[in-house]
Formats: sequence, C-alpha cells, structure tokens
Amino acid sequence: MRRGVLGGGGIGAAMVRVNAWGRLSSAQHRVVSLTGRAGAAATVQEERGGISHGMGRSYGDVALNSGGLLWSTRGLDRFVDFDTVTGRLVCEAGVQLRDIQRVFVPRGWMLAASPGTQIVTVGGAIANDVHGKNHHAIGSFGDHVKRLVLLRTDGELIECGPDDRSDWFAATVGGIGLTGVILLAELQLRPVAGPWLNTESIPYGTLDEFFDLSSRSEADWEYTVSWIDCLSGGIRKGDSGRTKARGIFMRGNHATAAEGPPPNENSRRVPFTPPIPLVNKLSLRAFNTAYYWLGRWRAGASLQHYQPFFYPLDNLHDWNRIYGPRGFYQYQCVIPDAAGPDAIQALLGEIGRAGRGSFLAVLKTFGDRPSFGMLSFPRPGVTLALDFANSGAELERLFGRLDAIVAETGGRLYLAKDARMPRALFESGYPCHAEFRAFRDPGITSEMSRRLMGD
Amino acid sequence: MKRILIVGATSSMAEHCARLWAEEGQVRLVLVGRQLERLSAIADDLRARGRDVEVLTRVSLFEDPGAIQGLVDSVFREGAIDIALVAHGNLPDQPSCQSDLNLTAQALSVNGTSPVLFAEAIASAMQRAGRGALALIGSVAGDRGRKSNYVYGAAKGLVERYVEGLQHRLAGTAVTVTLIKPGPTDTPMTAHLKQGGAKLAEVDAVARDIVKAIARGQPVLYTPSKWKLIMAVIRNLPRAVFHRMNI
Repeated sequence: MRRGVLGGGGIGAAMVRVNAWGRLSSAQHRVVSLTGRAGAAATVQEERGGISHGMGRSYGDVALNSGGLLWSTRGLDRFVDFDTVTGRLVCEAGVQLRDIQRVFVPRGWMLAASPGTQIVTVGGAIANDVHGKNHHAIGSFGDHVKRLVLLRTDGELIECGPDDRSDWFAATVGGIGLTGVILLAELQLRPVAGPWLNTESIPYGTLDEFFDLSSRSEADWEYTVSWIDCLSGGIRKGDSGRTKARGIFMRGNHATAAEGPPPNENSRRVPFTPPIPLVNKLSLRAFNTAYYWLGRWRAGASLQHYQPFFYPLDNLHDWNRIYGPRGFYQYQCVIPDAAGPDAIQALLGEIGRAGRGSFLAVLKTFGDRPSFGMLSFPRPGVTLALDFANSGAELERLFGRLDAIVAETGGRLYLAKDARMPRALFESGYPCHAEFRAFRDPGITSEMSRRLMGD
Repeated sequence: MKRILIVGATSSMAEHCARLWAEEGQVRLVLVGRQLERLSAIADDLRARGRDVEVLTRVSLFEDPGAIQGLVDSVFREGAIDIALVAHGNLPDQPSCQSDLNLTAQALSVNGTSPVLFAEAIASAMQRAGRGALALIGSVAGDRGRKSNYVYGAAKGLVERYVEGLQHRLAGTAVTVTLIKPGPTDTPMTAHLKQGGAKLAEVDAVARDIVKAIARGQPVLYTPSKWKLIMAVIRNLPRAVFHRMNI
C-alpha cells in the first residue's frame, strides 16, 4: 500500500508528469488547479508563466509547458445559466462537452459543433476552435460562442464576443490559450428532436468519387466525413487513369425518430502501453483491408445514436497507448479548395510509398466559410488527418515531404494536433500570426508558443 | 417533487451528488454551507442542470447546537425531507494536529461532532415525519486508527459508532440511515495527495455510488467497492504486523 493513499498528511509540492494525447513526452509540470471563478484571478497573478490545461486531449504541445506551470481548468466545471427558450448556455470553461450533451440532449438541445471526442473542455474547444463533421453546414465551435470572459494574468477581465471587442474575440477563438485564461463562455446550443441520426455509409474507390460524394452531399446532409485507407492512394491507377483511394464515406442528418438504438455503454480500456506500436506496416494493411470490406458489407442506411456517430473512440479509453512507448503524431492539414484533389493525391502517394500511417485516417471537406479566429484551423478546402507512430528521423523526413506539399498549396496544419511543424510553415499557413501577437498575454507561455512564436 | 437537504453542500462529493439529483429533474434542493458566494455558484449550476429544479441556499454555523437545531427545524417546517446528505468535513494535517491541540479540537469537531449534531436533528425530524433517507459521509479512515491520520480517523470513527446506534434506533421505521465510506477521492480536499502521485477515485463515480446506495437505503457503502476488502484486511491485521507498517 502506498503511503500517499491512506496517509492523511504529507503536503508535497511535487511536480506531476503530464503528457499530451500523443504521448510523445511526459515532462514534469507544476499543476495548479483553478477551482472557482472567484479565486482564479488571484491564482494566476500569484505565479505567471503558465498555460491553461483542460482534459489533455490536444495531441501535441499546445497545452504543455515542460518544467513549468499549468493552470488546470477541470475544476471550473459549473454551469451558470441555461435559457430554456433560446438554448443559450452560460458555463465555466472547464465544463466538458460530454456533460453538456448528457444534460441537454434529453431536454432537446445539443452542441452545434462538436469534435471527434466529447472528453474535452469548453475552454479547450474554444482555444483550439475545434470543428465537427458538420463544418460545411454550421462552421466551427467558435461560430457558436456568443460571449466569453477572459482572465489576463495581470488580473484584468476581458468580456468579448463576435460583436463586442471582436478583436479580442477573434484572437481568443483558436488562440491556443495564449491571450489569457478563458473563464466563462456563452454557447448557443441547437435544438434537436432526439439523440438519433439517420446515417448512410457509402464505399468509394477513387478520390474523384470522394469529392463527388462530398459535393453532392453537402447541401442535403448536415454531417459528412470519410474514413480513407491511407495506403490505397497514389500507388496504382485504375483503367480510367484515376487515382485509386478507397474509403467509406459517411453522412448523417438529425432524425425525428421517437425511438432508436441506445448508445454503447460498454467502455473498454487499453490496459497498458505495449512495448512496440501495435500499428505497423503489416497490421495496418490487414486492418485497412478488413475495415474497408466490412464497411462495404455494412454499407447503407441506418439509424444511429449520436454518441457512436460523433465520438466513435470515446468508449475505448486510453486508445492512444496502442502506438507504444514513443507515442505518435497526428498530421492534420487543410488544403485550399482549388488545389484539393491533386494535393491529397500527392499526400496519399507519399504516405503510401512510406507504408506509414494509421487506420484512423479521416478525409473531409470544409464548408465555404472562413473562421472567426485569427489562428483558427478550418478554412475552405479539404482536410486530411492521420496518425503516425513515432519512428524518429525517418518519419520526420516523411513529414518534411508532406509539409512541402501543404505549403505549396497555401494550406496549413492544425495546431491542436501539431508537435513538430517548422516555424516557417506556421507563418505561411497562418497569415494573421503577426496581428495575433498584440493580443498575447505576456504572463502566458507554452511549449508550442516557444516553438512557433519564439516566446 | 422530491425534497433533498444537503449539509456541507460545497464539498465536492456533495456537489456531485447534487448534480445527479438535479439532472433527474423534479427536485427541490436545500443547500447548507458556510459561504453564500460558493453556495450561490453551486445553486446556479444545479438550476441549469435539470427540468423543474428548485434550489434554496442556507448559510449556517456548523458547530453551534442551537443553530443546527434551528436550521433543521426551519427546513422541515417547509415540508418533510425525502433525502438528507450530511457531507461536510476537512482532511487535517496529522503532524500539525499533533503539535497544535487547537487544530486537533477543530478537526474532531468539524469531522465528528458537527455531522452527528446535524444527523441527530434530521433523524428526529424524519422520524416525526414518518419517512426519509439520511446519509452521512464517513471514511475508510474511521475503520482503524493509523499514525498517518488518526485524528481524522477518530472523528470518522465517532460518526460510525453514532450511525450504528441510530440505525438500531430506527430499525423497523421508514427512515433509513446510510453510512458512506469513500476511499481517497479526487477532490480539492485531497489535491495534495494527488500531487504526491496517489491514485484517487473519480468523484463523479463515487457520487453515483452514493446516490444509488441512498436510494436503496443501504446501511454501509464502501466506494469504490475495493475499499471494503482493503479495509477488512487492515482492520484484521495483527498488531505486531500493523505496527511495522508505514500507513
């Protein structure tokens, strides 16, 4: 039995090891909890030089500060007000998206934009301006934030929204936590008839088919996304000369059904970190082939609960362990519209030749709308996301080739996923980076800010 | 509409139980605490959580028998209470208690006498009303005195003996009494343990267990349930072995 567990005393100012979702590092951090809005100002003024940290679901170093200070926002988890007529929810920044969904879906309201996991905080969702499968229809998370309260480390409180001190709002939405500590947000929820969606899954065999399915679906389907076999592209061409790139296209709309399948309540856990990644060339090819043919076999229409449709991996706890002790990178880029098909083909070609990648590969078109945030990721175009087990220098060379393709198209990488992009790619991908600088809080620094902005 | 009284409503465990009750809807919650500002923030949160959730806040002294009796009487005058949870407490630093008797006295009062006084007033009111479910938060620390936290353990042991007697008294009535013994749980009270690398239970899961046990009228709940076994071992260790352990 450990002394700490049964022991009552022994207050230790020990440092805590903190890793991001990609598990690339596990450095010591001094974690200070923010437990209430009232005391937060005193806490952040007491010791500066930290960064807000929520559920630790960002993949790279956006919410890390090795050897330094993290302000944990998990205790800022209270709702403040809900207007049952308008669907406006005021809540603290540490409230998790799953709490909002659990409490309000039975009452006929749901988050408008929600990423692939609901185990993230509202503050993190704003700071990374996350998006969901319905970006083409309703934009990103920031488009549904009506107001937020930002705490600067000098103690100043800044209240802002899309029409009120909108410069501060634009800096903070997608501002990766660098403009202050987000304390409070007012969100516009969307009405829903119930928790179910009418969904369809359609196998495709070429990139042209994917783009065709996307453009045909966008008007009539609120949610679209596709799984793509990352090893299938760019290797051989079919008779027509089109690039083979097989995948499963999924689309969905909210259903008015009064009954439907329940969510899957059985959760499992990856019990330990295997000594080597479970994802390798062999397992990847086998898995992707099996997944594709299973998807083909199961293709068609079905009624689904929102949880497995929106958050397919949330019931597999610690799934990030499968990439082994060295962790993994997620590479997510967006390619502007015009360049889309050729660049995606080029990217898949590089990945296929390297035989790297993962079975968690996603291809989706974004809507034709710019994001509010200065450093927001979504922009008109197509986004590709996939994981790579950390294999060192060889992988970095592959990333270099992928970066070159992205940079050439004027695309960008997603800060919430990134742990490695060169500063030049950040600056070319995010043209507002210089304008953003004026809104930074001098008392806030992160691993990512030092890497990409120099301080 | 279900009526629920929570004493020590700003404790993290109590707040998470209150959230579960509020999310069920159709409930009137009376929150008792020491600081109005903290109670109000919790009340706002609970009101947003469910349909038809009414929340009242009451500030009270916690160690004054007259104030406790007055508060409980006034709450019951507005109608009988279906569920009452007595949840307050704090985890004192054992070495400091050993060198400062004021701290020891305060720890015994806050964790031992005070919850017993509240429970006694509530139990009698429930008995008069002819129904109710009363729950007190004890601790696994009350199961055997250990050098690392025996002042806290002694106070929680007092609560345990008290509950035992109260259950005896109320046997055969429609009033149930539940003693909850949480293991170390991830709350602000144990933040320093977590910094020391201890594995702590999720407060949300502990709250679910508590709400379920109260609904069933279960006499004793260990949560997480593994602590039932761990404490059975610790209680039964021979002194010769126990005294060599650094726990």
